[in-house]
Amino acid sequence: MMNRWQFFKRLAPLLALMVLVLSACGRADLSALNPQGPVAQEQFGLMKLAFSIMIGVVVIVFALCLFVIVRFRRRKGDKSIPKQVEGSHKLEIIWTVIPIILLIILGVPTVQTVFNLSKDHSNDPDAVKVIVTSHQYWWEFEYPDLGIKTAQELVIPKGKTITIEAKTADVLHSFWVPSLAGKIDTNPGGSTNKMFFSAPKEGVYLGKCAELCGPSHGLMDFKVKSVDDASFDRWAAALQEPVAMPSDPAIAAAFESKCLVCHAVGDKGGPLYPNLTGIGSRDSVGGILINTDDPKYSNEGSTYDNLHRWIENPDDVKPGNLMGKIDLTQQELDGIAKYLSELTLDYEK
Amino acid sequence: MDWLTTVDHKKIGILYLIAGGFFFLVGGLEALLIRIQLWKPLNDFVSADTYNELITMHGTTMIFLAAMPMLFALMNAVVPLQIGARDVAFPFVNALGFWTFFFGAVLLNVSWFTSTGAPAAGWTAYAPLSGPAFSTGHGMDYYVLGLQIAGIGTLIGGINFLVTIINMRAPGMTFMRMPMFTWASFITSALILFAFPALAVGLAALMFDRVFDANFFDPNNGGNAVLWEHIFWIFGHPEVYILILPAFGVISEVISTFSRKRLFGYSSMVFATILIGFLGFMVWAHHMFTTGLGPVANALFSIATMLIAVPTGIKIFNWIFTMWGGSIKFTSANLYAVGFIPTFVMGGVTGVMLAAAPADFQYHDTYFVVAHFHYVIVGGLILGIFSGLHYWWPKMFGRVLNETLGKWTFWMFYIGFHLTFFIQHFLGLLGMPRRIWTYLDGLGFNEMNLISTIGAIMMGIGTIMFFLNVVITNAKPQNAADDPWEDGRTLEWTIPSPPPEYNFKQTPLVRGYDAYWKEKMDGHKGMTPAEPIGSIHMPSPSILPFTMSLGLFITGFGLMYSRDWTFITEHIGFYVAGLGLLITFGSMFLRSVYDDHGFHIEPEELEDKGVKA
Ligand code: HEM
Ligand SMILES: [Cu+2]
Repeated sequence: MMNRWQFFKRLAPLLALMVLVLSACGRADLSALNPQGPVAQEQFGLMKLAFSIMIGVVVIVFALCLFVIVRFRRRKGDKSIPKQVEGSHKLEIIWTVIPIILLIILGVPTVQTVFNLSKDHSNDPDAVKVIVTSHQYWWEFEYPDLGIKTAQELVIPKGKTITIEAKTADVLHSFWVPSLAGKIDTNPGGSTNKMFFSAPKEGVYLGKCAELCGPSHGLMDFKVKSVDDASFDRWAAALQEPVAMPSDPAIAAAFESKCLVCHAVGDKGGPLYPNLTGIGSRDSVGGILINTDDPKYSNEGSTYDNLHRWIENPDDVKPGNLMGKIDLTQQELDGIAKYLSELTLDYEK
Repeated sequence: MDWLTTVDHKKIGILYLIAGGFFFLVGGLEALLIRIQLWKPLNDFVSADTYNELITMHGTTMIFLAAMPMLFALMNAVVPLQIGARDVAFPFVNALGFWTFFFGAVLLNVSWFTSTGAPAAGWTAYAPLSGPAFSTGHGMDYYVLGLQIAGIGTLIGGINFLVTIINMRAPGMTFMRMPMFTWASFITSALILFAFPALAVGLAALMFDRVFDANFFDPNNGGNAVLWEHIFWIFGHPEVYILILPAFGVISEVISTFSRKRLFGYSSMVFATILIGFLGFMVWAHHMFTTGLGPVANALFSIATMLIAVPTGIKIFNWIFTMWGGSIKFTSANLYAVGFIPTFVMGGVTGVMLAAAPADFQYHDTYFVVAHFHYVIVGGLILGIFSGLHYWWPKMFGRVLNETLGKWTFWMFYIGFHLTFFIQHFLGLLGMPRRIWTYLDGLGFNEMNLISTIGAIMMGIGTIMFFLNVVITNAKPQNAADDPWEDGRTLEWTIPSPPPEYNFKQTPLVRGYDAYWKEKMDGHKGMTPAEPIGSIHMPSPSILPFTMSLGLFITGFGLMYSRDWTFITEHIGFYVAGLGLLITFGSMFLRSVYDDHGFHIEPEELEDKGVKA
């Protein structure tokens, strides 16, 4: 019994060390331990400080524990009665004061960071303003200064400060891009929350909803795509171009009557549900069906296949989502999926 | 029938234990189903809806229907004995507390068998997801009414313990001579007194929203969804301390007994307990750092939360120094208690990490939090309860649990526990949100989730081993000694195991801290009595607590289905609700008009009843 116990206790500090090793781990586009922008970097700094203090505490307490239980085990047949110590003011003061000192070391930078990260950049002329509206189970991104609206993929110019106004159209959700910044809730009613972040490097970062919002809460993913300034401008311009309808009139009619009642492409259609302009160049369908020509997992496929799969039965992909099964013939389904998969915006060089 | 009418605190303790144990199995089964769903990516073992029902019911069941009642079981079984009392202050109310808890719990679980399913908005039931617009069907109604009824039981139970501990202590048992478990129960009861009304108010408001179309939490009609978060956490944060303080009490008793040493720094322990209780009310908004309360609130609640580490640290070091220089015996009970210390320290340090608000923006609602609170609740509270059960089992049932099996159980459970939850810290940091039904492949979550599931299965096996132990032990003769651990320090070990109906033939005279130990050290065989042998007044059993609670149960159903049953006739639901209330109030009326003086046990009977029952 005893040996196993010791073994475990020796293991514990080792496991704690693992924290440090792991801190270089995780996918760079997803892990909070692998920050890719200044906001996440600052948060990670605070996390590292807290980790270090806490590992110190854990190691000391575990060592004390281990020593005590090994040293003071009762030997067989021991009937002696240990001294009944009442306490020790000196010791008790020590272990009151030391934690207080540790807390001050952690508390001061905590308060500093709280105020740093709550700065309001929304009047900064260089910042890009985005209104994020969460829906069961998708994300809408509006750029009020540019007059554009898109969904599921937040395209940003690299290095610029992005200021977010976070709202919801229904229940609570929470906007979270771990490798760029911590989360902020989207509250129903009039209150909007603000946050900011920036991504100095080009790349695609994974974002998630972090507040239970219904059956497909876990599938409410989105992407943040950081591109260079010129690409961003081309993207913003392309998004405002009119979009051609499907060339086959039958498909076009079905698309207009069955899809555009809710969705918009270009200047046509309704604003209720995700804007589909440029959907062919997004990285995923529905945030979770990853577009790739070399699919490895069951949630991956070509853009066409993913769109086909989604439109055929959205509820299969995201249970409880509000699109519902649309009544389409096989030709219409194939045609619309093909049309949408070719609805691209060539904005990256 | 005996068990339906009993008002004896020891039997009520056993009732709480059976009910709590049962719901622990239910909650554990739910946890296993959750873990099976998550063992591999893109799994569809259960549907998304069922998954959310499982997490909601798992959380709710574990906290309200398993952990709380098991603590109440220990408190009922032990507190009156530790303070040298013949019963609790209000035995009738005690029974009522159990039955309202029980019927509330049953009502909540009935939801599984209805066509609209169990509640699915998480145990925190955040509005507006929990409101009528987004949780259609009756799941949330069961949550609201089931918890409301069960909450009544907890509240009156808490009040009862407060009065008992204030009023019924044996002569000489001053506050600063009270055993730590009694102290912890006392502070816990005080927390219940202040926290549960907040829950009751929140649930009532949510009930109005759901059943009567009110708009407390509906922002479209002037309500406020964030208001629910505040009300819930003003209750919910103290709730965590309501759970953990009694476990602290258990650990103090067990470690001191099996180290053969007096608790180190008793008065600082008492002080720390009070301080933790107090601070517990000051920090609720640390659950809401991402809600957008602004930097000032976030900074203040950050610091306030971190402060709790100080009294908690005092406790940890006092326990270690209780063992220091002692003679430590590793019984199963003590294994749990000693295993508790490092585990709880782990939960505590992650708690301080979470308290740093800007870092919490990254941790919040991820598996890091799941890991943290399970380190605290399972690694703290459940280990504490197991420790207490092994420790007091002989006192409660007159039989010592099998030690060998007990130790195996401990290792199975303990290793399983760390396997399950340690790794979840990293899952959270690497980007896995909590409460997700499934996760995509290729994100780097797969192996860790698999390990976690294996650990959960080990914990499940451990739990089953414990129940096996109970069954095996139950088949043995009832032959535990009065003081089976031989190093008992407090009053409960001075009387037979299990104690007779009246606990103490003569109320003992307490001459110091660790009363029994003091007598033993002074060479006495037992306590000095504080009164001559005389006739003992006992309360009579009564079925009324049962019927009162049954009435509330019926009322709950009526309210819930008031809209669906209109095809029978208009308002039938309200008639049913009325009938339920009639039963409840009728029972109350009977209780008031019927003069029941109880009965007496005469000195002659004491002689032959005084030996083992
Ligand atoms: C058998 C051991 C246990 C296992 C394997 C386990 C596992 C889990 C898992 C996987 C979740 C879901 C996390 C998520 O998706 O967000 C969860 C949630 C939870 N568990 Fe446990 N758990 C166990 C015991 C307990 C105990 C004993 C308690 C309390 C006394 C508890 C309290 C909770 C709470 C409050 C939640 C949150 C529910 C919610 O999100 O609404 N668990 N648990
Ligand atoms: Cu969401």
